[in-house]
Amino acid sequence: MSIAENQVAAGRGSARAVAILSSLGRFLVIAVTTYLGLLAVTFFIGRVIPIDPVLAVLGDRAPTAVVERTRREMGLDLPWIEQFYLYVKAALRGDFGTSVLTTNPVMSDIRRVFPATIELATLGTLIGAVIGVPLGVLAAVRRGSLIDQIARIIGLIGYSVPIFWLGLLGLVLFYAKLQWVAFPARLDVVYEYTFTPITGFYLLDSAMQGQWDVFYDAYRHIILPAALLGYFALAYISRMTRSFMLNELAQEYIVAARAKGLSETRIIWGHALRNAAVPMVTVIALSYASLLEGSVLTETVFSWPGIGLYITNSLTNADMNAVLGGTIIIGSVFIAINLLSDLLYRLLDPRTKVG
Amino acid sequence: MMLEKFAVRSLLAGVAMTALLATPAFAVTPADTLVEGFAIDDIISMDPGEAFELSTAEVTGNTYDLLVRLDLKDTSKVKPDLAESWTVSDDGLTYTFKLKPGMKFASGNPITAADVAYSFERAIKLDKSPAFIINQFGISGDNVTEKAKAVDDTTFQFVVDKAYAPSFVLNCLSATVASVVDAKLVKEHVAAVTPSADYKWDNDFGNAWLKTGYAGSGQYKLREWRANEAVVLERNDNYNGEKAKLARVIYRNMKESSAQRLALEAGDIDVARNLEPNDLDAIAKNADLTTTSAPKGTVYYISLNQKNPNLAKPEVRQAFKYLVDYDALSTTILKGIGEIHQSFLPKGDLGAIDDNPFKLDVAKAKELLAKAGLPDGFKVTMDVRVGQPTTGMAESIQQTLGQAGIKLEIIPGDGKQTLTKYRARNHDIYIGNWGQDYFDPNSNAQTFASNPDNSDAAKIKTLAWRNAWDIPDLTKETEAALLEKDSGKRADMYKDLQKKILDTSPFVIIHQQLEVAGLRKNLKGFALGPSFDTNFVGPVSKE
Repeated sequence: MSIAENQVAAGRGSARAVAILSSLGRFLVIAVTTYLGLLAVTFFIGRVIPIDPVLAVLGDRAPTAVVERTRREMGLDLPWIEQFYLYVKAALRGDFGTSVLTTNPVMSDIRRVFPATIELATLGTLIGAVIGVPLGVLAAVRRGSLIDQIARIIGLIGYSVPIFWLGLLGLVLFYAKLQWVAFPARLDVVYEYTFTPITGFYLLDSAMQGQWDVFYDAYRHIILPAALLGYFALAYISRMTRSFMLNELAQEYIVAARAKGLSETRIIWGHALRNAAVPMVTVIALSYASLLEGSVLTETVFSWPGIGLYITNSLTNADMNAVLGGTIIIGSVFIAINLLSDLLYRLLDPRTKVG
Repeated sequence: MMLEKFAVRSLLAGVAMTALLATPAFAVTPADTLVEGFAIDDIISMDPGEAFELSTAEVTGNTYDLLVRLDLKDTSKVKPDLAESWTVSDDGLTYTFKLKPGMKFASGNPITAADVAYSFERAIKLDKSPAFIINQFGISGDNVTEKAKAVDDTTFQFVVDKAYAPSFVLNCLSATVASVVDAKLVKEHVAAVTPSADYKWDNDFGNAWLKTGYAGSGQYKLREWRANEAVVLERNDNYNGEKAKLARVIYRNMKESSAQRLALEAGDIDVARNLEPNDLDAIAKNADLTTTSAPKGTVYYISLNQKNPNLAKPEVRQAFKYLVDYDALSTTILKGIGEIHQSFLPKGDLGAIDDNPFKLDVAKAKELLAKAGLPDGFKVTMDVRVGQPTTGMAESIQQTLGQAGIKLEIIPGDGKQTLTKYRARNHDIYIGNWGQDYFDPNSNAQTFASNPDNSDAAKIKTLAWRNAWDIPDLTKETEAALLEKDSGKRADMYKDLQKKILDTSPFVIIHQQLEVAGLRKNLKGFALGPSFDTNFVGPVSKE
């Protein structure tokens, strides 16, 4: 669904409802086809990679007879098409099979690792948006000034420096040298076996249980990776904000507002930013969605047990059930966030308001 | 200006949110807990009847007991563990073990000969990867309850099908697959199974539960295994010997050498287990830290597939052994993590020799190549698992082979990918390692020096088979060494076997692995054992 389509999708009363319904319908069709495509592509890639899945289950030392038996048990002796059919059938019931590595059902693994990623991505996006938007606005308003230059440099570094390198650098500085943040994990060893998570979001859980020492510890662990992700989100968000704002500030209504004698603050924050907010929502949502995919490198560097690390581990161990399950969940989240930002768009865009 | 004040304020708020950092504090692990940074992502199952991975071996070794254990003072022998004594019948077929009296599992259940018998029964009937260590004595699902049985509460009898060398039988019984499980506890957790052609039994012998559960009697008990995250052990207060010194041991999954080093330096872990030479060096120089190492039963080698006509020539096989710069490797890539060792039995095994006759000798290799009719060398590929030390070794070998005109193309791959190709005999040259399956010379002799059937459909696929090395005579000699009752004579047979294949085999064995660890200096009693299941944490304490 493109931005243009949405902008055109204006209307009143029942015509508007029909438009929304039909665009929802189109959306569903797109979502379903995307799913099926995703399933098929991941499944077949999983089957053509030159790794014997039995090896993942048994290791290198199993006797030949055991290998043959396991191959039959896993259904790997069946034709591909039949394997795919069986897989889709089970997947539709919400059963993605069992992970070879963890021996748990894939769904329960994902329920365990996904909150870690969501927590990190949410905090990262928050940091990115809270700093990125004002920075972008300032850069646009004071175009060519020192702050604009700084914003540009921040953006350039964000686009060009590999995240794992910055992550390692951050670890060496803030963890090894300064001891400001805690070591790569979600909690200190002391807490890890005395604290019972409820939702899997440690900051939220510890606050809910009033365990403020755990909260502080979780914070010390999450802040560096979140700041790192936040930095990359910030680089993107501030650049986009700047260009949206420049675009708005050049519009005639700004001139009109100035002529009307409105204060500069009101013009910038009340009018220009409000109009720029519409495309900004998409930018922030997309950057959130991409962080939710699990920032594999960040999770690896910070030993963060999230979905990115889970899928990567599974992939290198040829644990295809886990890879497929994880991919499908991420695909769903991506599609859902797109839908959500679409809805937000309708709420924010004054042209789609019912008059 | 209002505008700027507002923008600057929101900017500052954001920055403050990120920068609100903790006050500096030096991390310390709890005084009663040992925390190790360890790559434990190879763990698949905690069931001793199923597990066959290196990290699991360490956990099983610390949490389960055996009839007999490897004697760490002389690793060519075993010593009593749950058994206080044993006898072998005159025909060499019946082994009778007498258990120590009054022992208990961690659960509080008494340890009886019936538990031992059940442990053998389930390992054989489950028939998972390590089951062959026991079923090679002619024991199958149909006869196991006869061949491994409890005579009375403290007497266990084990009957083998041939008069094997007793050292061989006892060494095999010290493998983790022979760990004794708490039968009463396991039986509370069995799941029903519908018998099939592949699996004839009506229950899973508690396998599903034991994958993450625990039913042992070791110095520590397994509290929790969270895949790819952590393994937590707790002291077993019912242990039958000297109790563990610390209350808890936590293995945290950390894959990166550099991350382990950082955490060790900062005091967040007490032991770092997967260190590369440069990090090891830095740790050795740090006043708060120290290092330790122990040779393990794992050898690194390159092997030449005999399906490749060039590599099948005896002179070429020999030439390769002169085209590895052993000295350079041992002072660089392998520094501190490997010792040059060119025969297939690792040091510490019964009959192991430590002759290292080969040195880099390009002139001699060229001579051999000329004799083979390949004076200008040839082109060949090598499958290399990405990572150290294999990549560094492969690059060094590529360079030295080049000096004799052999153009080596390195095909990098993920571990499982190169292994898949190797197991299908589709490689030219493979570089890898082999750790013995159990602490007996037969384990490596069987794989390096025997190949009962070289056809593609073979039932037994040894390393010799993977390289299509057809050796009927050596296969017979290897089998004969199994039946030699006299340990001294048996050792001589293995010495002879190692010498014979040094020159002729398609294996260029390069070094024996040294397992290393970096430790904080306040640790006492930490030692790495000769095998992965003898890295005991029970004696470790903190100052």
